[in-house]
Amino acid sequence: MAPSTITPERDQARLSLVEGTLRQFDYWWTVYRRTWQGTLVSSFFTPVFYVLAMGVLLGGFIEGDPARLDGATSYLAFVVPGLIAAQTMQTAIGEVTFPVMGLIKWHRGYYAMIATPLAPVHLVAGTLMFTLFRVATTAAVFIAVLVPFGVFVTWWGVIAVFGVQVLLGMAFATVTYAFSVRVQGDEAFGVFFRLVVFPLFLFSGAFFPIDNLGPVLSWAARLTPLWHGVNLSRMFSVDNVDWSLAAIHVMVLTALMLVGWRLAVAGLVRRLAD
Amino acid sequence: MIKARGLRKSFAEVEAVRGIDVDVRRGEAFGFLGPNGAGKSSTMRMIAAVSPPTDGSLEIFGLDPTSHGARIRSRLGVCPQQDTLDTELNVFDNLYIYGRYFGIPRATVRDKAAELLEFVQLTEKAKSRVEELSGGMKRRLTIARSLINSPDLLLLDEPTTGLDPQARHVVWDRLFRLKQQGVTLVLTTHYMDEAEQLCDRLVVMDKGVIVAEGSPLDLISHHSTREVAELRFGVGEHEALADQVHDLGERVEVLPDRLLVYSDDGEETIAKVHERGLSPIAVLVRRSTLEDVFLRLTGRTLVD
Repeated sequence: MAPSTITPERDQARLSLVEGTLRQFDYWWTVYRRTWQGTLVSSFFTPVFYVLAMGVLLGGFIEGDPARLDGATSYLAFVVPGLIAAQTMQTAIGEVTFPVMGLIKWHRGYYAMIATPLAPVHLVAGTLMFTLFRVATTAAVFIAVLVPFGVFVTWWGVIAVFGVQVLLGMAFATVTYAFSVRVQGDEAFGVFFRLVVFPLFLFSGAFFPIDNLGPVLSWAARLTPLWHGVNLSRMFSVDNVDWSLAAIHVMVLTALMLVGWRLAVAGLVRRLAD
Repeated sequence: MIKARGLRKSFAEVEAVRGIDVDVRRGEAFGFLGPNGAGKSSTMRMIAAVSPPTDGSLEIFGLDPTSHGARIRSRLGVCPQQDTLDTELNVFDNLYIYGRYFGIPRATVRDKAAELLEFVQLTEKAKSRVEELSGGMKRRLTIARSLINSPDLLLLDEPTTGLDPQARHVVWDRLFRLKQQGVTLVLTTHYMDEAEQLCDRLVVMDKGVIVAEGSPLDLISHHSTREVAELRFGVGEHEALADQVHDLGERVEVLPDRLLVYSDDGEETIAKVHERGLSPIAVLVRRSTLEDVFLRLTGRTLVD
């Protein structure tokens, strides 16, 4: 076991972000092969059940008036983009709460990783890349299943809605990651899911136009990140795009993603240095 | 390999390491011996280039860990105190994935993983999930993992804590082989027998400072006598009886359950104890160990 030169970065002071992230590919691929079947129920069947129950069956009782449904011609067409966005939020949050706590606290995989040339910034990037993969595949399958329902008015709307899910998913992922690395135990997640995620799911315009909330609460809903994703998805799916408002949505979500990234990296650096 | 001067590490409320000087040379087995909370693990984490020093200077391979962390870590093997294995993956995958973090090509890391499983006698377990392994097997796997990048320096934090005696000997045997192959070992331990078995040179740490330094034999001959007579009397009598035997050796230590009389001839000491009409319930003569060195230097035992 004489010293050898099989590690290539012996002359590098630090590892690039791309190289450090790619080195985790085999880890995350193994994790995925181990868990993908388990995610089928939560990331595929559950949202399809929602579409059938809320969109098709409950929606059958609702008069589709485009003037009152943000331009959607049926309740199904109204609720589907909301459900897609809500699903994106939940997938993203799911990948950066308990799994991140496990990597820090339970099986402590992050500690194994930082003993190698990888640094905390690489670990954040690796976990977020996997989250991106999960968000993108889940959204792609869900959207593909919904296309035959005739809820997308244009073909490019389908692609735009997919793009929105990537942005929305990463905004939630970075911000939630920043939260996860700052809490001591998983008890905090229970509170987070009940008091933050679930209310967002119900009141961010996925199921009804937020104007129905009244003037004060509707403004509160406009401040929530999910509403920006829901509204943007809906604009593209029903082909009723207000481009200046769309630009605001994109900017808000991008800003959240960037702020979340900074806080996530800083948080993990501090957490692992103790 | 390692050069530390005035090295310190403070956390929010405690100063874990309070100014230590350490030099580790290529090819030697170096130990940090001390009780829990002595600052050993904090020192190891600084050497592993994952925890920046609060003050003082530190060089690993002649490099500064705060600015050249990745380069240092690429040449280190780290066996942490708590296993950080992925228990849901199989044994082989744990090695394979870890090797990939070093950027080792896939084919190379597969060969290396197979070779290391052979070395730690886990080849038959290659496809088993880690959670099915015993504590000793997990430890050996962690050691194998720490060797995946053929490190120049291997850091072992409490390598056998929590293992049964038989498993400890297997681990020691593997570490001894590495040492013979010329791998530089740095380990922390609160077991004096482990330090004596493995270390060429060690420092004794207590409360964040180094209280003694040398080879195990030097430390024993310098800070203790050749032999120790252990005398066990009735419960609660030890304190009172210490005065009656204090002149029979160079010094006497009072422990809750026994008296330790330090002299060069333990049998003779015990004979004199009996001459004075004292009749201990049990007696034992043994050689001095690092435990006695620690007791002498700090007034406390290593394992509380």
